[in-house]
Amino acid sequence: MTISNLKEGADLKGVQPDGPLAQKWDSYKAKAKVVNPANKRKYTVLVIGTGLAGASAAASLAELGYKVKAFCIQDSPRRAHSIAAQGGINAAKNYQNDGDSIWRLFYDTIKGGDYRSRESNVHRLAQVSVSIIDQCVAQGVPFARDYGGLLSNRSFGGSLVSRTFYARGQTGQQLLLGAYGAMMRQVDAGKVELLTHREMLDLVTVDGQAKGVIIRNLKTGEMESYAGDAVLLCTGGYGNVYYLSTNAMNSNVTAAWRCHRRGAYFANPCFTQIHPTCIPVSGDYQSKLTLMSESLRNDGRVWVPKTQELAARVRKGEVKPSDIAEEDRDYYLERRYPTFGNLVPRDVASRNAKYVCDEGRGVGESGLAVYLDFAEAINRLGMSVVKDRYDNLFEMYERITGENPYHTPMRIFPAVHYTMGGLWVDYNLMTTVPGLYALGEANFSDHGANRLGASALMQGLADGYFVIPYTIGDYLAGAKPVDIKDTDSAPFREARAGIEAQVQKLMNVKGTKTVTEFHRELGLKMWDYVGMSRSEAGLKQILTEIPKLREEFWQNVRIPGTENGWNKNLEFALRVADFLELGELMARDALVREESCGGHFREEYQTEDGEALRNDEKYAYAAAWEFTGNPSEPVLHKEQLEFENVQLAQRSYK
Amino acid sequence: MSKMNLTLKIWRQASANAPGAMETYPLADVSEHMSFLEMLDVLNEKLIKEGKEPVEFDYDCREGICGTCGLVINGVAHGPRKLTATCQLHMREFKNGDTITIEPWRANAFPVIKDLVVDRTAFDRIVAKGGYVSVNTGSARDANETPIGKEDADKAFDAATCISCGACVAACPNASASLFVSAKVSQYTYLPQGHPERERRVLKMVSQMDDEGFGNCSNHGECEAVCPKGISIQNIAIMRREYVKAALKTGSAIV
Repeated sequence: MTISNLKEGADLKGVQPDGPLAQKWDSYKAKAKVVNPANKRKYTVLVIGTGLAGASAAASLAELGYKVKAFCIQDSPRRAHSIAAQGGINAAKNYQNDGDSIWRLFYDTIKGGDYRSRESNVHRLAQVSVSIIDQCVAQGVPFARDYGGLLSNRSFGGSLVSRTFYARGQTGQQLLLGAYGAMMRQVDAGKVELLTHREMLDLVTVDGQAKGVIIRNLKTGEMESYAGDAVLLCTGGYGNVYYLSTNAMNSNVTAAWRCHRRGAYFANPCFTQIHPTCIPVSGDYQSKLTLMSESLRNDGRVWVPKTQELAARVRKGEVKPSDIAEEDRDYYLERRYPTFGNLVPRDVASRNAKYVCDEGRGVGESGLAVYLDFAEAINRLGMSVVKDRYDNLFEMYERITGENPYHTPMRIFPAVHYTMGGLWVDYNLMTTVPGLYALGEANFSDHGANRLGASALMQGLADGYFVIPYTIGDYLAGAKPVDIKDTDSAPFREARAGIEAQVQKLMNVKGTKTVTEFHRELGLKMWDYVGMSRSEAGLKQILTEIPKLREEFWQNVRIPGTENGWNKNLEFALRVADFLELGELMARDALVREESCGGHFREEYQTEDGEALRNDEKYAYAAAWEFTGNPSEPVLHKEQLEFENVQLAQRSYK
Repeated sequence: MSKMNLTLKIWRQASANAPGAMETYPLADVSEHMSFLEMLDVLNEKLIKEGKEPVEFDYDCREGICGTCGLVINGVAHGPRKLTATCQLHMREFKNGDTITIEPWRANAFPVIKDLVVDRTAFDRIVAKGGYVSVNTGSARDANETPIGKEDADKAFDAATCISCGACVAACPNASASLFVSAKVSQYTYLPQGHPERERRVLKMVSQMDDEGFGNCSNHGECEAVCPKGISIQNIAIMRREYVKAALKTGSAIV
């Protein structure tokens, strides 16, 4: 072991239902306890976050009869970052008659995740995928259709079948509006209480069980306490630890991290997804990066100039990309991966973009970009077809860069996009704190070390619509309902006092550096050392740098204004404080995992031709970290992943 | 890369009930590649360093889809570029020496929270009255059982792309929310899934819009002109038709 102070605890086990893989979910449902309809209204479920997972869970649980309180940090639940998902949602409908099946979706997801996810969870995801599409269509989600009136599909990376349902380039928006509508219907019915502009800052546990939350009202600055019988964390991923990412500006890890500090193990934090097709950075004022949907790779061809000399001339503006002859271009994905071509999974596409830029063949002013070219597609399909498929994406590109992709190839570069890691959950989606659940991107469960395109929307909605309504009953059936008015007991008072003290401490620092400066500094370090490729030396280096930065933050941050009322800088300061702890855990997790798999690429572990080299014998486990009170001394618990249905193999997309 | 020196005139207001006023801030060396909100970020970092309070404005995705941001720029909701939300507006739309005025959405139904941030929860309360199809989880039929022609599916989609930013309200001389409400009504009018509740939906949503204090539509068309998603004013015609039909059928009064 390369790190001397690694502490290991007992192994973890996810709940494993009986029976063969394809029957586990049915067998689970047959045996799960259910709450009597008349008793459901006695239980209150606190849903934190209202993206796909949160809104669908809030709606579905309220329909069943539970009392639900739904919290979001935005002014409206419909603004959750699920809204920005572009490309689509996978489902094993096999409407295209091209050989899709639940098994194939399951297999593609396990393989795409580089064999680091739990078979039973992934199979359940593939099973319920078909019901999601039915549900969304019934809600009036306007999916793309063919002239005959039936649903249309497109292909996504890592799959050889066409199973992605989509609504132009705004699939996440349409799915979220469906789930949001379903939730608002329950708000109108009085079954969901909606609390907007609220940020969860602590979890309240009573006898080790999740029984409430402490919330900061972002409009008034007041601390509020809410009691409930279960807490569902639907708060998304932690990509903003890198400062620049495709996440929304307000996406953060705070609710999840505070739960981690209260006993929820954090699993596989180093598994982050760097998306290959984003608009490159243009300057140091950059506040976020914009994704160009992976669906573009259906028709766009990725290339760079064949030689460094030619690339250098392109960077200086001496040669235009359209003037470069075919034989002087390197369509490197098509060349290296003839079977999957431009549709290799995201991690593979990103890493290859890095390689060609490292070789000095990158384009754009900075040399940190490759071309995504639609000229061939426009010739083959005609302008109107290309417009119909991608117009909103092309327009967005043009607004941001000032260049028209119908005439000149897009410049793209990888950017942090999604985090596969998250709170560890069992088959019930319950964390290591009883009564605390994590759904959607906030948990670690389904995507292993790399998520396939169009699978995030699938997972968020699967968890919310079709998994939690069953698994939560199994827990609540054995629990005595809490008195929701009782928020003045010792655990609530202590939690509230702790948060109020933290806010005071931050306000009182009155230092010289802004929150953004700290965040940007952390982000740059994370990108350099825990980004697209990681090395032992780099990780050891950043493990010494982050604690120093954290210390400096608490001594020198400057937060303007007051804590009473709207204060965006204070909101961000509380989040950056948590990112400064999470970042260290990510680096430690990456250091301990001495293999390359999916989005985690350790330079020391690669095949001769630069592909990720897994070590199944030692690392076929999920790494679940326990917080011990000191962010630099977490304890590692392993969940050994058992593969009974798929053969572990070196992933190949050649 | 060209740099600009700008004069910003920005609405400052401490809270909903406090009086507000325009304040002037010079800002130098603005890159044409910055987004409008990144330009404000730069201003705020400068203000914090100077020990002043930064300008509060709301934002989230910064890719034009969440609908959180929204500023009235030089008198126009979302600024000078058509079909563009504030976060997608870039500084190349401006030139060196420009004076830019920046104000919040102004409407009684959208009270100011602070500076440029307004409260748009009235929109959620309208949606709660019927901006959905009532179908419980788990009771859906196969997704391909009801074919929907591509033309209708596309029109439904076009209406459904509203991002609920509220620019339509800010631009309307009556502060009407008709474009917002009609986009939702239209989406479910084009789709068979929306038909069982069509009368109830339009009557209840319109009634809630009135209760929230939004004004009536008098066909100015300012809403369509500023909508970052190009939602057509034809949707308002559809909403009116639906409303009249529903009112006649159910005997509800038309106000």
